[in-house]
Amino acid sequence: MSEVKSTVFLCLQANDETRGVIEAIERDNEHASFDYQPGMVRITAPGTLTVRRETVEEEVGREFDLQELHINMISLSGHVDEDDDALVLSWDR
Amino acid sequence: MDIAVTKKKLGLKERYALMTRGLGWEPTYQSVDDVFPMDSFEGIKIHDWDAWEDPFRLTMDAYWKYQAEKERKLYAILDAFAQGNGHLTLSDARYINTVKLFINGLAPLEYMSHRGFAHIGRQFRGVGPRVACMMQSLDEMRHAQTQVHAISNYNRYYDGMANFRHHHTYLPYLQVPRSFFEDAASGGPFEFITAIGFAFEYVLTNLVFVPFISGAAYNGDMGAMTFGFSAQSDEARHMTLGLEVIKFMLEQDPDNLPIVQKWLNKWTWRGVRVLTLVAMMQDYMLPKRVMSWAEAWEIYFEENCGALFRDLARYGIVMPPCVEQVRKERDHLSHMAWCQFYQARGTNNFHVWLPSKEDMDWLSAKYPETFDQYYRPRFEYWAKMEEEGTPFEAATPPQQCQVCQIPTIFPVAGDPLTRAEHSCTHDGERFHFCSQWCQEIFEDEPEKYVQAKLGAHELYKGNLFGDADPTAEDFDPMAAAMAFLKLTPEDSGLHSDSRDAANFDLWRGLAKANEA
Repeated sequence: MSEVKSTVFLCLQANDETRGVIEAIERDNEHASFDYQPGMVRITAPGTLTVRRETVEEEVGREFDLQELHINMISLSGHVDEDDDALVLSWDR
Repeated sequence: MDIAVTKKKLGLKERYALMTRGLGWEPTYQSVDDVFPMDSFEGIKIHDWDAWEDPFRLTMDAYWKYQAEKERKLYAILDAFAQGNGHLTLSDARYINTVKLFINGLAPLEYMSHRGFAHIGRQFRGVGPRVACMMQSLDEMRHAQTQVHAISNYNRYYDGMANFRHHHTYLPYLQVPRSFFEDAASGGPFEFITAIGFAFEYVLTNLVFVPFISGAAYNGDMGAMTFGFSAQSDEARHMTLGLEVIKFMLEQDPDNLPIVQKWLNKWTWRGVRVLTLVAMMQDYMLPKRVMSWAEAWEIYFEENCGALFRDLARYGIVMPPCVEQVRKERDHLSHMAWCQFYQARGTNNFHVWLPSKEDMDWLSAKYPETFDQYYRPRFEYWAKMEEEGTPFEAATPPQQCQVCQIPTIFPVAGDPLTRAEHSCTHDGERFHFCSQWCQEIFEDEPEKYVQAKLGAHELYKGNLFGDADPTAEDFDPMAAAMAFLKLTPEDSGLHSDSRDAANFDLWRGLAKANEA
């Protein structure tokens, strides 16, 4: 790997269903930044970004299947590693 | 009943293994090579298809469930937009021309992509990529359908959309995106998925759907915003699939490296050339702008593709050499394209206009190195000609590049006042190119690209006259060509003179007031 630290990103539609997801991402990823554009939010993070099911469930107050993210996901970059508990974007693998 | 029901629900990884890998089988009365005859002729060597890992692990049952939900959401909004006369809430009637570009230029590509993925979903011998390609094929069909449905609400009121299939095939400017896809679809399965998964999905759709569709939202187009974001939610999966295939090829055999590098070089360039249309949409066609082309380029190409190429460096992949020229063209691209479309407005199926003083000030601020020096004087001169009642219009169709099919308008990289001229001879015939990179693509497979039918060139050859008789005494070649192209005077020309502009003002006026 070269010296430059690559960023990963996740773009979500900004709507009622994603509000809790975005808050959960904010809690779990202190290094992430949130850029609100019309109709959407673009979340960028150097290295890695994690969406944790447990945190999302706390935020939305119900059971949450991480694959529900597909409905409101606009785009992403980085390698995806997904299981039942977390979706991780990163450039290392 | 004595069946135990306390068994734990399967985890995502086990479910994926059973419902994807578990669906494949070993053929017994035919050889595997005979069942999958097309995944080896390109020279790509795969030793272990089971090493394939699908990152999203989406199974068919979950796929149907989530896609159905996307559709329900989309159509609820489309209906509400149409029922509430949503087209009259747009920021400005000029915006509708971006919708025309979308239906004419992009929606037919979605359908071609559907066909391409159906084809390679049959041709890969690994069951993981086969299932992923089948899902993508279904997605692409959905995109074509939802785009046609969403935009049909505009076609009821405005010109330039009714003949989108015919125009996609024959209008010279639409041959640019069409030839991109035909080039990909006529390659083998690995080249197709590299072209579409990398150049189209990873580079291009991020720039089309994200900043542009966010722009649609900003301009009050709920319909386009919704189908755009809905489509892009599938693209996240598609680009992940494309990149997975690239890494898979590179990991399977070192002999694959030069082939993959060649494709990345080619398709980066092909993708960037198609993006010329998107650059122009973003800088000139959105009445309310979210970000400039140059800014979007920095985020989605420099940052995002930079990260990808740094990641692929471990396999020996390097940044394609054309990127240097692409960087030099970044601050010229949208301006050159809009100038070209303004001059050639007689053969467009959307309307054009000159940027206002405010538009030009925004462009100078976004392009301090280029706009005032090279483009503002031209627009001001053309504005003066319009005022004097003698608007400038090109009288002849331009020469097109044999590979990307864009008119050969591009300057020498780094020398904006000298037009680039590249040509070579094949089989006794001379072929012209916009750039060194298109020429290299041609020279690698000349038998393929000599078959290109370039609209402007076909016109001169007399192949665009339909049933008209060129030997008749009163034969009018331009009238015959326009009839064959199904291009009406209402479809083209200046926005300010258009029926669309007049109707939008009239209807918006009626929507805001009661008749006396």
